Amino acid sequence: MLSAQVQAQLERELKKYPADQRQSAVMSALRFVQDEKGWISGEDMQDVAAYLGMPQMAVYEVATFYHMYNLKPAGRYTLTVCTNLSCQLTGANETLDYLKSKLGIGLGETTPDGKFGLREAECMGACVEAPLLTVNNKRMCSRLTPEKIDALLAELDAGGAK
Amino acid sequence: MVNVEIDGKQLSVENGVTVIEAARRAGIAIPHFCYHKKLSIAANCRMCLVQIEKAPKPMPACATVAAEGMKVYTASDMAVKAQKGVMEFLLINHPLDCPICDQGGECALQDQAVGYGGSASRFYEEKRVVLHKDIGPLVCAEEMSRCINCTRCVRFGQEIAGQMELGQAFRGEHAEIMSFVGGTVDSELSGNMIDLCPVGALTSKPFRYTARGWELSRRRSISPHDGLGSNLAVQVKNNLVMRVLPIENEDINECWLSDKDRFSYEGLNSDERLTKPMIRQGGAWRETDWQTALEYVANGLRQIANESGAAQIGALATPHSTLEELYLLQKLLRGIGSDNVDFRLRQSDFSADGKRAGAPWLGMSIADLNRVDRFLIVGSFLRKDHPLLASRIRQTVKKGASANIVHSVDDDLLMAVANKVIAAPDALVNALAQILKALSAEKGVAADAAVQGVEVSAAAAAIAKNLASGSAPAVLLGNYAQQHPQAAQLHSLAQRIAALCSAKFGFLGEAANSVGGYLARAVPATEGLNAAAMLAAPRKAYILLNAEPELDCADSRQAIAAMRAADMVVALSAYKHQAEDYADVMLPIAAFAETSGTFVNTEGRVQSFKGTVKPQGEARPAWKVLRVLGNLLGLAGFDQDSSEAVRDELLAGIGDTAAALNNDVRDIAVQAGATAANGLQRVADVPIYSADAVVRRAASLQRTRDAATPVVSLNAADLARLGIKAGDTVKVSQGGDSIQLCVAVDDKLPGGAVRVPAGHAATAGLGAMFGAVTVEPANGGRA
Repeated sequence: MLSAQVQAQLERELKKYPADQRQSAVMSALRFVQDEKGWISGEDMQDVAAYLGMPQMAVYEVATFYHMYNLKPAGRYTLTVCTNLSCQLTGANETLDYLKSKLGIGLGETTPDGKFGLREAECMGACVEAPLLTVNNKRMCSRLTPEKIDALLAELDAGGAK
Repeated sequence: MVNVEIDGKQLSVENGVTVIEAARRAGIAIPHFCYHKKLSIAANCRMCLVQIEKAPKPMPACATVAAEGMKVYTASDMAVKAQKGVMEFLLINHPLDCPICDQGGECALQDQAVGYGGSASRFYEEKRVVLHKDIGPLVCAEEMSRCINCTRCVRFGQEIAGQMELGQAFRGEHAEIMSFVGGTVDSELSGNMIDLCPVGALTSKPFRYTARGWELSRRRSISPHDGLGSNLAVQVKNNLVMRVLPIENEDINECWLSDKDRFSYEGLNSDERLTKPMIRQGGAWRETDWQTALEYVANGLRQIANESGAAQIGALATPHSTLEELYLLQKLLRGIGSDNVDFRLRQSDFSADGKRAGAPWLGMSIADLNRVDRFLIVGSFLRKDHPLLASRIRQTVKKGASANIVHSVDDDLLMAVANKVIAAPDALVNALAQILKALSAEKGVAADAAVQGVEVSAAAAAIAKNLASGSAPAVLLGNYAQQHPQAAQLHSLAQRIAALCSAKFGFLGEAANSVGGYLARAVPATEGLNAAAMLAAPRKAYILLNAEPELDCADSRQAIAAMRAADMVVALSAYKHQAEDYADVMLPIAAFAETSGTFVNTEGRVQSFKGTVKPQGEARPAWKVLRVLGNLLGLAGFDQDSSEAVRDELLAGIGDTAAALNNDVRDIAVQAGATAANGLQRVADVPIYSADAVVRRAASLQRTRDAATPVVSLNAADLARLGIKAGDTVKVSQGGDSIQLCVAVDDKLPGGAVRVPAGHAATAGLGAMFGAVTVEPANGGRA
């Protein structure tokens, strides 16, 4: 069962589409689930499929097509670091190395306490602010320096906003 | 119509025809993989690129609609360069394992690589690897690296089978065809994905590595299972049936086959085959020769006829027997003076006998189903009983027809259902009466007196309204309606409903020869006993043709009791079965594909076929066995020297077969009053892979989910009332007999209905397919 919160969000979303085309809301539904749980499990996909009246396999196709859906448990905060050209030139590698040593994990891994995950991403289209990372694909942190990263991690560690 | 020119050939095609189809009509083949005439257009393989005048770049012929004045060049430099380029891309990741690939020799990619592929690859990097998957016992997905992602299998599931079990997950280079999180493909039409797969990614699990396509001889045959009569290509090597494929027949099976038709051949080579005539002597079975066995049978029958009267002899045949077998069986029985012959083994209500105008049939051609705009389908496990008819109806519904259902279970038909009435078995007559009354009101005519008193429910009124609004409605009675204890009343009511809305009216034939059985007169004529009466009043001798009474009869317990009580049971069977317990003689007969014969399918089409392999062991075609038996009994008219001669004799006796088909029934009294709820009633389906002797022994089909051991299902309210939890083992009792089964919850069942499948060894200990049952916890106390 989808949680009441996800259902409420989804009901709002469904109003945007014709009543006989509920599956139009599948991407939003998956996003809501991920926002809530940090990742999307097989059961979640079944729940979404049942709620929207579409085949499970069709939900799976969408969930696997897009990289920003986590299909494995991810940390509470997924830090996604851009490693494309502009960020590279302004120190993305150093940013990444600093994060790796600070968190003690590599790319695609999650800290043992389940708090932080580290991912790599392609250009986020904000090169003027390079180097960049995003928190949970929602919040962008720009012009990164070790001090800024320390502050960000401290804020998140203290249970800061998502 | 538009005029196009393809490679210099002028032709005119209807509006909306694609270039690839127009080219096909002009006799020009355009290479392709993802395009299939029965599936939606994906245009993702790009193999069919052609040059079109004034278009700046090559166009996919499958997704380009022919337009007036269009000039197409399928083999110009531009087209060929594009096709060769696409082929090079496709081969980049395709493994070079043709020598060990099951598809080798019948592979679209292999064939087209010869025409368009390079002699060497320019690709030196690593090929991609796609992991193998286990998607069930029929379709093999062990070598998914071979997949070229044409998505035909996915589209087949979505569009034809009605359920999307396979999909394309991930994307780009990582895209792969798979099922949802390790699920299996359970569709009853799944085998068609093997035919559709243009490469060796999806192959047939039962057939894998047993033969090469070019070693097989290909022989025509007709499916012996459901009433459709699918056209088969039986492929043979070393006198063994290795594989069965469809032969395209747009009027019958289109280009598809149900899994039952496709994979049942495994049953032919089962260990349970009876290969020698056997006689029971002193309680032990002894192999013997045909002469001895047949003389023993002839003497036995003669003796019983002389001592107790010929009416003490009865014959039961399955509707899967050929026309010739049924004809000679009834001729034999009537020759010795008995009228007790029947093939309608699962039927329980015979009150329409003598009141019918002809043999019950579909009432239209199968292809006519595509032109129906309103369906009323009464009592049918449609998908499992008639997989391809269901698919045809599904396509019609997709195009805008509406389906109305009256049934006792609410299984997912994988199509949009406009209205449905799901009622307990004893409420079905009332449900049809409601529809008739509502329809009379719609049409502004006075309702039949018999249905005046019924109270019309909203659902029944909606069905009536829907039927009345159509211009080409059809009313169809399924197997369940024909097996129902009030079948004649359902028949009569359905006929009146059909007449009121000028609908086509028909029966979905249960088996390959359900129509043929009537034409062969394998039913009691006047004073004879029908299948149920023959078992209710046990005879001294029975002749069983293909029949396994404990599994094939409406009341398995009664059938087995009658067999045990008989002085003599002669079993003509391709298999050793429970007859070993009660029979006196077992005569090995040729199974499907081993004998020539004829089936008359549900639309009344007479389809003859030849034997494709020799019968196993000493088995003989049943028509020959019956003919020799007729000779030994000194009966006249048993001198045919071929099955064709038998068929011609029979058909000459009928004259026009089409005229012998008529669904009209008269003088049936209808008791349409609402029934009071009185305890639990059995609803029995015959599981798809338990319906006849051959499929019961088809090993791979028996490993599918559809062949799982039956469970008893009730709705949650009934379960709660009985204090039983889903998953418990319960004791199901019917008429003094009981069995133990696992219980499942099915909230779509109406209250009071207990679904216990028939035709399966696990439930053969129960009685009739309909009737009162009790369900209690297995340990006797409360669960």
